[in-house]
Amino acid sequence: MRLNKHKTFKTGGIHPHDNKLSAQVAITPLPLPKMVTIPIIQHIGAPAKIVVNRGDMVKTGQIIAKHEGFVSSNIHASVSGRVGVIEEVMDSTGFKHMAINIRVKGDDWEESIDRNDALIEEIKLTPKEIVNRIMEAGVVGMGGAAFPSHVKLSVPEGKHVDHLLINGVECEPYLTADHRVMLEKPKEIIVGIKILMKALGVQKAIIGIEDNKADAIEIFQQLLKNEKHIGVEALEVQYPQGGEKQLIQALLNREVPSGGLPADVGVIVHNVGTTFAVYEAVQKNKPLLERVVTVTGKSVKQPSNFLVRIGTPVIDLLIAAGGVPEDTGKIVSGGPMMGKAIADLDVPVAKGTSGILLIPKAEASRSEIYNCVHCGKCIEACPMGLEPYRLLIMSKKGNNKRAKEEHILDCIECGSCSFVCPSNRPILDYIRLGKTQLKKQKNV
Amino acid sequence: MSAGLLTVSPSPHIHTDLTVPQIMRGVIIAMIPALLFSVYNFGLGAVYVTLLAILFCVVIEYAIARYLLKRPASIYDGSAIITGMLLAFNVPSNLPWHIILIGSAVAIGIGKMSFGGLGNNPFNPALVGRVFLLLSFPVEMTSWPKAGATWSLDAVTSATPLGILKDGLRAGDTVPELMNQMPSYTDFFFGLQGGSLGEMSAFAILLGLIYMLYRKIITWHIPLSMLATILLMTGIFWLIDPTRFANPLFHLLTGGIMLGAVFMATDYVTSPFTHRGMLVFGVGIGVLTVVIRLFGSYPEGVSFAILIMNAFVPLINSYAKQPRYGSKSQRHKAYQEKLEKEVKATP
Repeated sequence: MRLNKHKTFKTGGIHPHDNKLSAQVAITPLPLPKMVTIPIIQHIGAPAKIVVNRGDMVKTGQIIAKHEGFVSSNIHASVSGRVGVIEEVMDSTGFKHMAINIRVKGDDWEESIDRNDALIEEIKLTPKEIVNRIMEAGVVGMGGAAFPSHVKLSVPEGKHVDHLLINGVECEPYLTADHRVMLEKPKEIIVGIKILMKALGVQKAIIGIEDNKADAIEIFQQLLKNEKHIGVEALEVQYPQGGEKQLIQALLNREVPSGGLPADVGVIVHNVGTTFAVYEAVQKNKPLLERVVTVTGKSVKQPSNFLVRIGTPVIDLLIAAGGVPEDTGKIVSGGPMMGKAIADLDVPVAKGTSGILLIPKAEASRSEIYNCVHCGKCIEACPMGLEPYRLLIMSKKGNNKRAKEEHILDCIECGSCSFVCPSNRPILDYIRLGKTQLKKQKNV
Repeated sequence: MSAGLLTVSPSPHIHTDLTVPQIMRGVIIAMIPALLFSVYNFGLGAVYVTLLAILFCVVIEYAIARYLLKRPASIYDGSAIITGMLLAFNVPSNLPWHIILIGSAVAIGIGKMSFGGLGNNPFNPALVGRVFLLLSFPVEMTSWPKAGATWSLDAVTSATPLGILKDGLRAGDTVPELMNQMPSYTDFFFGLQGGSLGEMSAFAILLGLIYMLYRKIITWHIPLSMLATILLMTGIFWLIDPTRFANPLFHLLTGGIMLGAVFMATDYVTSPFTHRGMLVFGVGIGVLTVVIRLFGSYPEGVSFAILIMNAFVPLINSYAKQPRYGSKSQRHKAYQEKLEKEVKATP
């Protein structure tokens, strides 16, 4: 047993096997696809407004859809070529959204983008300009939720933020995209952190990294030896530590109030991948048009981390990782705990796609459901301190009012309850149903 | 491969290995050391009673599910096997087969299936069966065969240590005098004492406890709080008057306390959800057990104590809740106050 135990969050939590198969595989750029399909909604908020027409020639980095309203995000061409059909396609959520097809011709970038790899440390822009640049570059949270980053950086009036937390936890089993970015771009991430600190006007930043990524922790400790304002904290491995609320509890021992935002307790959280995107947007004027995607799974020939242009069909990634194994039963966009199963291999990689996970047939379907044996494991596991088994019953009976009183809306849908349930009960499925019904009632 | 063959389902896409059948299997494995000790002590009688109880429980559950409730038989989860084993553990090893049948029928029929099967019963089914038998067949249920390798079915009977103690005290003897008639503490620990089938050996039961803790099937909360309470309470009485009350170690190693703490009280279905609740539950069982043992008319009180506390589980559940993340926590309040102060202090 380790003597000095690392910090972790206190409420609930589970320990699934981490299966980080691709942790030692360096990021490799995926060859340019023949065609990309770029959905105009890859973020939380309003869809962007399409500003190109079929037949237009576009350059890599050119805006093809502009944000509508504040909570929205710009969409850029991730390749150069001719705009093809603009039609509804199915994305990883399973819903159909408008998307822009671009047939790739060459790789002709916008001149304003600095494609040089040299590190630029000096931050010239003012806080306001930084937020503006991030908004123009279409940067969104790259941990999975894809919340527009400029919105997070605009702290509501009357709220005082004293800490910036950088989320390098990557608590989802299998995924290694953030881990590789931390190993390969640590200096850029540190500049990114300074940019975010300047934009927010905070004096203190902490990078939280789980201790199964000791190499990344060491690199940052080395690089930040002389930094007073940026710290690194090793965290004990526990899912869902990468949840914003859990990370805040783990690092600062603060709890975001029910229905509140991290800013309510003086904190803003950004993912390491996002921080790197912020660096590129601000220092290199490069919009968010590519990201690191982990392609992994127990039967995958070469589990890999690819640098992928947004809009690349998933099938291209699978082929590059050695093809789809015979025994594949399920393909998940994202991690195994919160990712979404996709039905179609043409689904495009979006800004929030952190990984593609291939699950063997034997593990793809759910097993037999038994009666609830009242073991209390779901209560023990819930990182929000809820009583999932009761929320299931309430949602099943349509008793949404009771469910609301029991804080069903606090649920972060991490899936810990369903994971631990020995009776295989579809707890989270019913909680989602209850939440959706409540939201519907609110809208009526 | 064709994309049409992919499974699409909501997250999470992975699941723990510790499912209900796995847990039940784990509990059965944990009970095996105690069973082996019993076979060593009582010979074939122990095997006979255990197998009969398991057979009756499984068959009765199957029959009720199939023909009375008209739904798929629920025997494959393994819970009926555990009920049968636990029932057998709680009876003398020379119990006639028809009494075992009645006990199994009450345990499964009334204790479990009448409430809707696994997960819905408020009381521990094996204990329901056991207490029913104890009240209905007091003679057969309290004539224990003498421990020590009796390899025939009709053996000499002997009283349990707790029985000797209770009767002796009633007759006016003092505890130190009675202690001379009893086996040593090592014998208690390893199971050379009179008593029910599975409650022989504290050592064997502890092996089972360690296994279940290691497999994360149960947590330490119920066994520890229950045993600690018993140790503390009997200790206090012993210190007050050692001639009237036996010492805590004697209480811990005799009767059904170890069996109850490890296998009966920790039953998921009939124990509280949260760790806090489990502590309350364990303490409650401990207190009731000691009260019945010291002041009741029965020599042993674990079964009654557990059944009584089973009835309190819904109440415990509604009070002993997991602290919710956010609003109500002290940490949050403290931070809120600090924050307000800081905001006021800044010009």
